[in-house]
Amino acid sequence: MAVAATTETGARPARAGRRLSVPSWAGTVPFFAYVTVFLLWPTAIVVVDSLKNPSGSWAFANITKLADPLVRGYFIGSVKLCLLSSVFGAVFGAILAYAVAIGNPDGLIRRLYIAVSGVLAQFGGVTLAFAFLVLIGPVGLLFHASWFYSFPWGITVIYTYFQIPLMVLVFLPAIDGVKVQWREASENLGASAWQYWRYVGGPLLTPAFLGGALLLFANALSAYATAVAWEDQIAYIVPQQIGIALSSEVGLSNVNVADLLALGMIIMMAVVMTGYALLQRRAARWLR
Amino acid sequence: MAAVTSVGETPAPTAASRPRGMHVRRQRRLNVFRYVVFTVFGLFFLLPLLAMLRFSLEGSKLGTWSLSAWKEIASYQNTGVPPLLSAIEVTLELAVITSVVTLVLLVPTMIWIRLRVQWLERTVEFLCTLPLTIPAIVLVVGIGPIYNRIQHYSVSALMLFWIYVILALPYAYRALAAGLGAIDVKTLSEAARSLGASWFTVMVRVIAPNMRQAILNALLLTFALVLGEFTIAYLLLYNDVLQPELFAINRNTPNAGVIFSTSFAALLFAFALLLILSYAGRSRRGRG
Amino acid sequence: MRSSYRLALAGVVAASLLAAGCSSSGSSSSGGTNWATQTSASAGGGLTALVAAAKQEGTLNVIALPPTWANYGAIISAFTAKYGIKINSALPDGSSQQEVDAVKSENGTAKAPDVLDVGMAVALANTSLFAPYKVATWGAIPSAQKDPDAKWYQDYGGYMAIGYSSKFGTITSLNQLLDPKFHNAVALNGNPTSANAALNGVMMANLAVGGTPDSISKGVDFFSQLKKAGNFSPVQATGATIKAGTTPVVFNWDYLNLPSYVGVSNWKVFIPPHAILGGYYAQAINKNAPHPAAARLWEEFLYSQAAVGGQNLWLKGGARPVQQAAMTSNGSINQSAAALLPTVSGSPTFLSAAQSTDAANYLAANWAKAVG
Repeated sequence: MAVAATTETGARPARAGRRLSVPSWAGTVPFFAYVTVFLLWPTAIVVVDSLKNPSGSWAFANITKLADPLVRGYFIGSVKLCLLSSVFGAVFGAILAYAVAIGNPDGLIRRLYIAVSGVLAQFGGVTLAFAFLVLIGPVGLLFHASWFYSFPWGITVIYTYFQIPLMVLVFLPAIDGVKVQWREASENLGASAWQYWRYVGGPLLTPAFLGGALLLFANALSAYATAVAWEDQIAYIVPQQIGIALSSEVGLSNVNVADLLALGMIIMMAVVMTGYALLQRRAARWLR
Repeated sequence: MAAVTSVGETPAPTAASRPRGMHVRRQRRLNVFRYVVFTVFGLFFLLPLLAMLRFSLEGSKLGTWSLSAWKEIASYQNTGVPPLLSAIEVTLELAVITSVVTLVLLVPTMIWIRLRVQWLERTVEFLCTLPLTIPAIVLVVGIGPIYNRIQHYSVSALMLFWIYVILALPYAYRALAAGLGAIDVKTLSEAARSLGASWFTVMVRVIAPNMRQAILNALLLTFALVLGEFTIAYLLLYNDVLQPELFAINRNTPNAGVIFSTSFAALLFAFALLLILSYAGRSRRGRG
Repeated sequence: MRSSYRLALAGVVAASLLAAGCSSSGSSSSGGTNWATQTSASAGGGLTALVAAAKQEGTLNVIALPPTWANYGAIISAFTAKYGIKINSALPDGSSQQEVDAVKSENGTAKAPDVLDVGMAVALANTSLFAPYKVATWGAIPSAQKDPDAKWYQDYGGYMAIGYSSKFGTITSLNQLLDPKFHNAVALNGNPTSANAALNGVMMANLAVGGTPDSISKGVDFFSQLKKAGNFSPVQATGATIKAGTTPVVFNWDYLNLPSYVGVSNWKVFIPPHAILGGYYAQAINKNAPHPAAARLWEEFLYSQAAVGGQNLWLKGGARPVQQAAMTSNGSINQSAAALLPTVSGSPTFLSAAQSTDAANYLAANWAKAVG
């Protein structure tokens, strides 16, 4: 990183004594180098493979397969599931995070909830799906939810189980940053709770809220093991179909198709992130 | 250092001219809110866990009780997999390495970008959300060639940290971004720089301490991720990491309860670990 | 400050490199036969030489061998006990396709699988990855069940069966499954477009309702009816779902429908009389196996007709070893285990490669619609 300030007089700003004329983005090189090797290169391998056919020759026409109605159905299914679980997860997670944040900052409940959230945010897969199956499935201990196997409701409930803790963990630092003095100040000026949230708290927390919701969306997008454990016979979402394309042992496996579906997911994510960036910009304007 | 207080701390008595009754009423409402929220969410999270626990204690006939699924964890015969303790050891080491590398990679980069290179912010955000977009089963297709090369140098399971850092990026980034967004980075850095601090000092001694909760949450998320990660280790044939090891124990026996006793044990272990970590990270805050 | 930061970074890198250790070297045995190219034990200098070379290698990598599947747990233990060779068992729930993918992606590393146990469709499609090898008991394997070039050879198999909880009484015909008492109860072992066992489950139903191996459409229609009656469960049947009572009726290979495998005691098995659908798996040796001698010794062990050899151990797991006919005539078969196999009347059908492919393609186009 560029070292700029001198400390001789203690008050000299950046320009004096600059030894290297290194651009400021140079400080991000370690990060980008790492990400290029271990994320972009594998992604490139997947993307390049998606445009080939099993014999190894190029097949750029593959990309038109993404418009296939069957494939579109998978993507729509994924979007439905991700939207539902991320909205529920974000809203409930934010509420829970607020409840945790307004308590004693060094208290046991806060630590417990944070530790529990950390663990449950990464919990999923066969055991989670099975736990819900045992609770509200056909032979449910609690009751039998007739909607358990209908898409997307049953699987949304399961996904929300790990989405909420994730939201708690990523949103909590933002709530912590909303200083209590601001609440007091707004009360002193006569604002009601609603006005406080509308004009002060809301705008401050919106970027973090949207960011959390985005994370939840992406989290739900690639989840695979949980969906397959919930219901194996019909592929509703893209990862289920990717799983079949990768591991089918009856002759229907096709790595290129799996890669193509992954490419579709990346494109979808890019679209979602563009929408998200626009939302953030509007929210930032609200803050001004 | 800027004093950061969290939203719910009782304000100092010096805040004058505010009706005492209004404060007490609000505090009571908030307490009711907290208890309701904790109870409702607590139930939602607890019930599936209890179902899992109950199932892990099932005897050979439904409705009876038996500890056999739990005893199997300790007593399984070693058919082709390493002992459980060595898998736990390896995974803990892996978690530490992954957390350290993730934080070292992300925290300076994010602060630096917020301070000096804001135009890279969205790019980094996209790159940090990309790993979640690609399902693990396809990501393995992409990182296969890279790990093939890595395995020529070392077959140790600790080499998984390279890809685990990438997997942790989305979660750590979001937690850190929430913390970073809550502090006024510009003002703090300008103040510090005008007092003669170097950029390094600004980042490490001024900004980072204000992100304590965020850094801790990122650490917890990374730890939980490594402890819970299954698919990539499994598909890259590393069977000496915790989750594939537990999976192997489960497949070792026709006792269906074992997958739940192992899952529950893993959850408890991760929870205890995260709870301890949360104590380590939190400083005893003074007033001001 | 700066230096302590750099020190920390260096420490992390150093720690990871130190902790990583060195890879184990490749496995050509020092001074002696290169077992990677030997096509039989005798060609390489005899079984004793093979055992010595394998012991020197010291390790064997296997893949997709769940210990509770056809008694593989006992086989692995017996092999390690007899020869002292450590076995690394990875990816226990892997599909045959994943095994082959692992061979390709781990090529050249010390963790590549040495031996494979795959379904026929995958075996036939990937012979270029296998090394030719004839075990000592090669002649006892029926010629229709092995590759003439010795690249793959079938190992064990079974018949597709319906396992069910005895609370339903006794099932004597497939159509009984349409009865309302089987509400939400009937499950397959996986998705038929993906899993071999599930595809054969649908094919067995197909044969039972009068279809032929050339067209699986009647089987798909049957499951469609099952779904409309509300009796088809979309969950993959596992030990846990069976125990919980979620999937009390399961279409699966008969050796996977053993009460001891399934984990519940009140479990019965039914094979429809005119729908005896057999399926065998096949062994193969990785051409670039990191431990070629150990791989070949493993195959010798699996095809040994000894009382604690592979064939009899598979039999104990409820599967039919490929050398069953030869071993019955020469008396080396485990009589009590053989007696426990489900009796079938009539001759079994085996799907040809073409029939299997046609069925898969039909399912790819129609399964989701039928049970959706």
